[in-house]
This record gives sequence, C-alpha cells and structure tokens, in this order.
Amino acid sequence: MTSGVGLLTIFVLAVFVGFEVVAKVSTMLHTPLMSGANAIHGVILVGAILVAGRASGAVELTLGLVAVALAAANMVGGFVVTDRMLEMFRGRSAPGQPRPAPSGSADRRGGS
Amino acid sequence: MGRPGVDLAYLVAAVAFILALKGLSSPRSARRGNLIGAAGAVLATVVVLTTEHLAHLPEILAVMVLGGGVGVLAARRVAMTAMPQLVALFNGVGGGAAALVAVLEFTGRGHQPLGTGAATVFAIVVGSVSFSGSALTFAKLQELMTTRPVVLPAGRWVSVGTAVAVLVAAAWLAATGGGSPATLVLVVLAVLALIFGVLFVLPVGGADVPIVISLLNAFTGLSVAASGYLLGNVLLIVAGTLVGASGTILTRLMAQAMGRPLTSTLFGAFQARDATAVTAGAADRPVRTGSPEDVAIMLGYARKVVLVPGYGLAVAQGQHALRELAELLVDRGVAVEYGIHPVAGRMPGHMNVLLAEANVPYDQLKEMDQANSEMSSTDVALVVGANDVVNPAARTSPGSPIYGMPILNVDQAQSIVFLKRSMRPGFAGIDNELLFDPKTTMLFGDAKDSLTKVVAAVKGL
Repeated sequence: MTSGVGLLTIFVLAVFVGFEVVAKVSTMLHTPLMSGANAIHGVILVGAILVAGRASGAVELTLGLVAVALAAANMVGGFVVTDRMLEMFRGRSAPGQPRPAPSGSADRRGGS
Repeated sequence: MGRPGVDLAYLVAAVAFILALKGLSSPRSARRGNLIGAAGAVLATVVVLTTEHLAHLPEILAVMVLGGGVGVLAARRVAMTAMPQLVALFNGVGGGAAALVAVLEFTGRGHQPLGTGAATVFAIVVGSVSFSGSALTFAKLQELMTTRPVVLPAGRWVSVGTAVAVLVAAAWLAATGGGSPATLVLVVLAVLALIFGVLFVLPVGGADVPIVISLLNAFTGLSVAASGYLLGNVLLIVAGTLVGASGTILTRLMAQAMGRPLTSTLFGAFQARDATAVTAGAADRPVRTGSPEDVAIMLGYARKVVLVPGYGLAVAQGQHALRELAELLVDRGVAVEYGIHPVAGRMPGHMNVLLAEANVPYDQLKEMDQANSEMSSTDVALVVGANDVVNPAARTSPGSPIYGMPILNVDQAQSIVFLKRSMRPGFAGIDNELLFDPKTTMLFGDAKDSLTKVVAAVKGL
C-alpha cells in the first residue's frame, strides 16, 4: 500500500471524509473544532520522531529534535487546550431542566 | 510487533481522528471526541517509539517531554480570552515541524522521483507559510502590532513576486530531484515561503484574523499530509488530509458567519479603502455620557433588556458582574436576554465559551437572528465591550471593511447604552456612528468596574 498511487488513493478518500465529517457544525463549536483539528495535525510528531531517529550528523539531529519539540508542543498543547474549552460546556443543561450547582473551580479559573 | 501490527495500530489511530472530528461537530459528544483523538495520538506515538529501532532515543524522549511540557503549561495557564492566539501558535509550530520533517527527509536521500520532489516542495512551502503566517496572526491578536490591515507600498506586487519566486524554486527542485545544490535551494525556498507567509497575513484586518488562523490550520494539515507521503506513512497522510479538508470547510463556514466571501477577507484590504476615513475627526463630536445611576434607572425600569457582550467584557473579566446584573434585573421583573453575535469575542463561538465559564444560563443566550427579531420591542440594549458587531456601517456604508457582515441591530432598540473604555474604535479599526446617536448613552470605564457600579446602583433603586 506504500506505492505512490496507493498513497494518493488514501489521500483522495481522506479529503472526502474530511469534507463530510464537518459539513454541519454550529457556530458555537467553530472554535473548539478548529482547535481540535489543530491538535490532530500534531501527529506530525510521528514523522518528526522518525527523521530524528534516523538522523546522521549534528545538524540533522538538531533540526530533527527541534521538529520533535515543536510537534510535541502542537499535539499535547492542542488536545489540552481543546479539552479546557470544551470543559466550559459541561453541565449545560437543556432549557427548562434544573442546572447543576455551579462548580467553584470554573469561577476560580476565571481570573487566571 | 511486526509491520502489519504497526499498520493496524496506525489504522486505529486514523479512525480515532475521524471519530474525533465527528464528535467535535456536536456539543453533546465534543469533549469525548477530543479525548478519542488524544488517545489515537498517544497510540501512534507509542507505536513509533517502540517499533522503529530509532537511534538517539534518549534525546528524542527528552525533547518530547520538553515540548509537550511547554504545550501543557501554555494550554493550562492561558486566559480564556487569549485562546485564539494560543491556537494560532500551536498551529504555527506544527507547520514548522512539518516543513522541517520534509527538509530532513529530502536531504537524507539521494536523487528523487518527480512525485516525491513535488511533495517535498509542497510540505516545505506550505509548512513555512503556515509557520510565519501564524506567528504574525499571534502578533496581531496579542496586539503586539497594529490590528488594522497593513498594506505595504506596492505590497501586492511584492506578494506576487514572492509567490512566483517560490514557484520557480519549487519547480526547479521538483524537476531536478536533488543533487548537490539542493540543500541551498531548499533553504532559499523556505526563506521565501516564510516571507510570503508574512505578506499573506499583513493585509488582513484584525477582525478577520480568526478566519486566517483556520485557513492556516488547513495549510498545516496539508503540509503534514505531504510529509506523510514522503515518509510513506499512511497515518500522517490520513490525519493531515482530514485536517486540510475539514479546515477548508470550517474556514468557509466562518467566512459565511462574517457574511462575506473568503476572497474579500484575504484580499479586501487591496480593494476599496477610501470609505474608512469618512468619520475621521469624530473624536471632537459630542456624545451623551451618563452616570452608573442613570444607567441603573434605565435598566431597572425597563420591561425588556438585551445584553450584548463583546471582547471588552471578557478582557475586563466582567462576565460574572454581568451575570449578577442580569439576575438582579430578572428579580425586578425585567425580561433579560443576551444577544450573542456569532463572532463576538475573537473567534466564532468564543463568547459562548466565555459566558458558559461564568455560568450564564444557556436559555438566556440568544443567537443573532433571534435577538434581532426581538430588538424593536426592546427598551434598552446594553452593549458591554462590543463595537464592531453592532456597528450599523455593516448595513449602511458599502465602502466599510465590515460592510455585509451581519450585525446585532441594537440601533432598533428604544435606547442604547454602551459600556466602553474610550471612544477608541473596535478591533476592526472602524468608527461607529451609533456612539453619536441621540438615543445612545455612554458610560466610560473598565467594563467590570462599570458593571459593578451599575449593579450597586440597581440594588439601591
């Protein structure tokens, strides 16, 4: 499956999946969705680890390690920040239903 | 684990990413979706670390912990209001990483077939554009530089020239497929692409920056996919392409929420710019100011009040004070609603996040269309730290940079109160005629301070 055409096939199919998956999304979720997608492309970490692990010579290794650090920040930070955003939507009940008691932690974080 | 096992693990991770995006598209499943995505990413990372017989493993693990640690720290510490900048920053470093991977993979091999050369060039150029472009969006959102569109003299030609130079260098590299001067050309190419990224974002006005972040996010995704092609790694191709495709759709949806096509967002600054200076000298014009007590009386004896929160409220951390005011008014029998513009804050949906953080009841939040349909029966529209999203210029002056953007029609309410720091124009840098309207009352000051004073005054009624 690693032939050029095989990879191209995967690429084209993934384009359609990507289009389909987010076709209908409310404006309320645009920000978390962008942030979540941002975290997903942090998987370039896998590529960075591969090139760093095969690097020969100091320059190559340095560049490879820089790539690993950047990719790790993208991936880990991306998922954490998305989770923090989505945490804010937690406990939101449908109109008419009683709301759970406001959590103190959300209030404290407001000032940070 | 053998090769099939590795590929199987990558397949599981790819499915996890699809489920993550799917989950993030609906409020009910969003958080779970994000966790599924994170699990997929962890799985992929563990598999590559344990199965690939890597050299330099200790160094790799060390910088991974370092980069990841910085990421977690930034993600946990950042204020909710600064979220867009942080997403831009994460996106930029991801693009930079993708470009570096492509550079290393290309120089690490000998002569390349055309397809590989093209993918290399694509990953380097698009990744670099995303890196420098994101850095500039960060600077704009953090207000390290002006948020107004910056148009260099002959900026359009510099942009076009840079783009052409990138293409020529790219074509040469793709066609010759390596050889001895390849590294030099790669460096030149990367530098040109970095410059182009800056030129690409400079003319974009502050209010449109989130759309550009979304676009650059899609760019980074495609750059990752191209790197995956170089490495023959199916997971990178799937994940990168998913982000590229969904990011493109999301960018279009965001542009629609702003009410204009993407092209005018990106290149609008090069077109009609004459009408923006119409209200120059506005600072000398009279405005009606009121005291907190005046505002309290207007609100306290109204039948219906619409609260329009904007970014200024969030900056002042006044969400809790606003909620307190709303509760007081409801206790007095006033009908209170929040009118939420889709792009209130700095990103679509940003204000919903900020108000949810302050425990504002969900059923009081009205989306723009609904709020507008009730605006003419509203006694007082209280605009807190918002400006561009209520600026009637979006309806009335075709030359304005925000013309065509749907706004909250607070000008149709019986009276309007602005809580604002100063007469300074909003993030888009445009004056607002509404501030000078006879039915407008201004209460200057920090949003939280003003709200606290108004709350105290309402209690004393």
